[in-house]
Amino acid sequence: MTQPTMGTRPPGEPRRVAYLYVLPAFAVYAAFLLYPIGRAVQFSLYDWDGLSLGRWVGLENYAAIVADEGLRAAFGHALVLIVFYAAGPLVIGLGLAAILNHAKVRGLGFFRTVVFLPQVVAMVVVAVAWRRVYAPDGTLNTLLGALGLDALTRGWLGDYTFALPAVGVVGTWFETGLVTVLLLAGMSRIPAELYEAARLDGAGAVREFFAVTLPSVRGEIAVALTLTVIAALRTFDLVYITTRGGPGDSTSVPSYEVYHRAFGLSQVGSAAAIGVTLTVVIFVISFGINRFADRRVT
Amino acid sequence: MTPPMRLAALAAGMLVLTACAPGSSAPPSPASPAGSSSGSPSAVRTDAAALGNVTLTVWDQEVRGGQAAQMKQLNDAFQAKYPNIKLNRVSRSFDDLNTTLRLALSGNEPPDVVEANNGRSAMGAFVKAGQLRPLDAYADVYGWKQRYPESVLRYSRYSADGKLFGEGNLYGLPQVGEVVGIFYNRAKLTKLGLEPPKTWADFETALATAKAGGEVPLQLGNLDKWPAVHVFGTVQGRHVPPGQIGTLAFGRKGASWNTTENTTAAEQLVGWVDKGYFAKGFNGQGYDPAWQAFGKGQGAFMIAGTWLLADLQKALGDDLGFMLPPGVTADAPPVATGGTGLPFAITAKSPNPDAAAAYINFITSADAMKVLTETGNLPVAETDQQSVAKGPQQDVFTAFGTVTAKNGLVPYLDYATPTFADTLGAALQDLLAKKATPQEFLATLEKDYKTFAESNG
Repeated sequence: MTQPTMGTRPPGEPRRVAYLYVLPAFAVYAAFLLYPIGRAVQFSLYDWDGLSLGRWVGLENYAAIVADEGLRAAFGHALVLIVFYAAGPLVIGLGLAAILNHAKVRGLGFFRTVVFLPQVVAMVVVAVAWRRVYAPDGTLNTLLGALGLDALTRGWLGDYTFALPAVGVVGTWFETGLVTVLLLAGMSRIPAELYEAARLDGAGAVREFFAVTLPSVRGEIAVALTLTVIAALRTFDLVYITTRGGPGDSTSVPSYEVYHRAFGLSQVGSAAAIGVTLTVVIFVISFGINRFADRRVT
Repeated sequence: MTPPMRLAALAAGMLVLTACAPGSSAPPSPASPAGSSSGSPSAVRTDAAALGNVTLTVWDQEVRGGQAAQMKQLNDAFQAKYPNIKLNRVSRSFDDLNTTLRLALSGNEPPDVVEANNGRSAMGAFVKAGQLRPLDAYADVYGWKQRYPESVLRYSRYSADGKLFGEGNLYGLPQVGEVVGIFYNRAKLTKLGLEPPKTWADFETALATAKAGGEVPLQLGNLDKWPAVHVFGTVQGRHVPPGQIGTLAFGRKGASWNTTENTTAAEQLVGWVDKGYFAKGFNGQGYDPAWQAFGKGQGAFMIAGTWLLADLQKALGDDLGFMLPPGVTADAPPVATGGTGLPFAITAKSPNPDAAAAYINFITSADAMKVLTETGNLPVAETDQQSVAKGPQQDVFTAFGTVTAKNGLVPYLDYATPTFADTLGAALQDLLAKKATPQEFLATLEKDYKTFAESNG
């Protein structure tokens, strides 16, 4: 038996050999992810119609994003959607999960499935269905009419005030299930002793929620927020199917603009610039959420 | 996670690897002569049977109902007549074709024949990149200029650099025609005691009567942004001289949106909103649900294109009527928005242009037009030669025949600039929702049009 040589190198294979193990996966990663990202960054520096020779314009496409009122609005709309995609589902999900977890509901599995169901349906199908709901002669208006609220009926997706919230509500409906199930999983892992202790200290249900439940699921909240915020920022299919950015430009979002510019308007450079900007924004925000969650846990 | 520094270095590395301008593969020399011979008409070989064994790859978008039927029938007939030419048909929906054609054309072995959308963002861009072959030599030998009225051919014409639309070389040949007019529900008009209107003023009176009679005067669903473009185009055709509309719609210099005529048109359209002539909540209603509602009997009139004929006829039968938008006076020359279906074009890199041209000639011949009629389509040429049963289909054929014979087709407004479909669609939603005044609406259009027309030289 030989003693391992001390201090010269860490145990296991030498580093250079270790890199070899990583290489195949890295090659795939590079070919299908890093290379396209690199190309997208490159395209964003050109004025290119996708066909003829591109013209180098440096950062002009990025300057245009800042200067273009319509594009700034698109990013603003994405931020509004975060409220509907992330904040709304989080609040509703916390409430639902707390009730489902606490009340020892009979047939929990059934309710969990029902709440999760929207996630299973493809967003395109969801969007088509909701388009019907919001139509001037659609379900929502029929319902309002039946309640005697005829004054409130309108073509929801064609209304300048309500189109964006209407799109957002679909997002809330879609994401709530995911958030609820995530939180439910987190809550089910909280030891019952914690609740008993809280109760002995005289805490009511509300107090218990804020003192025990909420701190215990901080990790799940971070995961839920990361997923839903990213979903909000990259919303495409919902807008594409329901409104195509209309009425006017009141529901346009960056992802839709990327598609629209690249395939509709032949402005590939501009589309790439928006895509890259959106990627950076998503990266920064999800990084921020995770940093925030980590700090609170330790 | 990889530290940002390393990521940046990697990205930079990727850039170095790919540091040539996108699309840098040199475009094929534009307007290269047909085949190995020169481009003069005498060198064009029209005897398709003598071309030897050839495989033609054809990309089309004739996927639905009657469109698919005519294509299959014509392809079978072509194969039977020229067994030496093998057709390799690739058929995709309009949207799919639009998004994939661009890549296909920039490849080394593009299809031989493609259906390319007329507008600047498709055909215009392909011409600019030298990817389509000018067909004028073929047009001369095959007599296409006699077969087609110039008001139809100009929708497939571009200057060789792709800048001018509507004149210059011929780059494609369409099969079907389209015209935007007024569909009406004959039963409803009878009930209201109305005749199909003879003048534009009659039409407005009819709308008012329908409103008073408790009907939806004008069906419209504008959620998809573009449907109101056709309504505005029709109203504009009553107030603005056709020549001016043509200049605006082809994105040429020399016209302006800020004119009293255009203002009158925009004001009239807004007036219809105020008077409640449009279906309720029209900006929030989809295009398909709207025309389906018209088919179910909701609405006395609907301004829309002939492409809805087959579906509406199925729903309304002989209660359906179609007419060109009436003029200021009953005998005013017809003016209507319209054009052609997607033209068939030949790619510049195709090794078999003569066979491709023979194919295009075959599917647009007089016999082909009969096949188109039989399968429920509106043939773009020799429309008046076709015999169709009395009723809505005849209405449509008569309307198209009349307006093309008198060169009264004005182009779709969204042809103007690569971004105009979007600009106009959004601006019309703003106008109809009263978020913009007619003046602001026209200023928006003017800005897009002027910016493009000036940069386009």
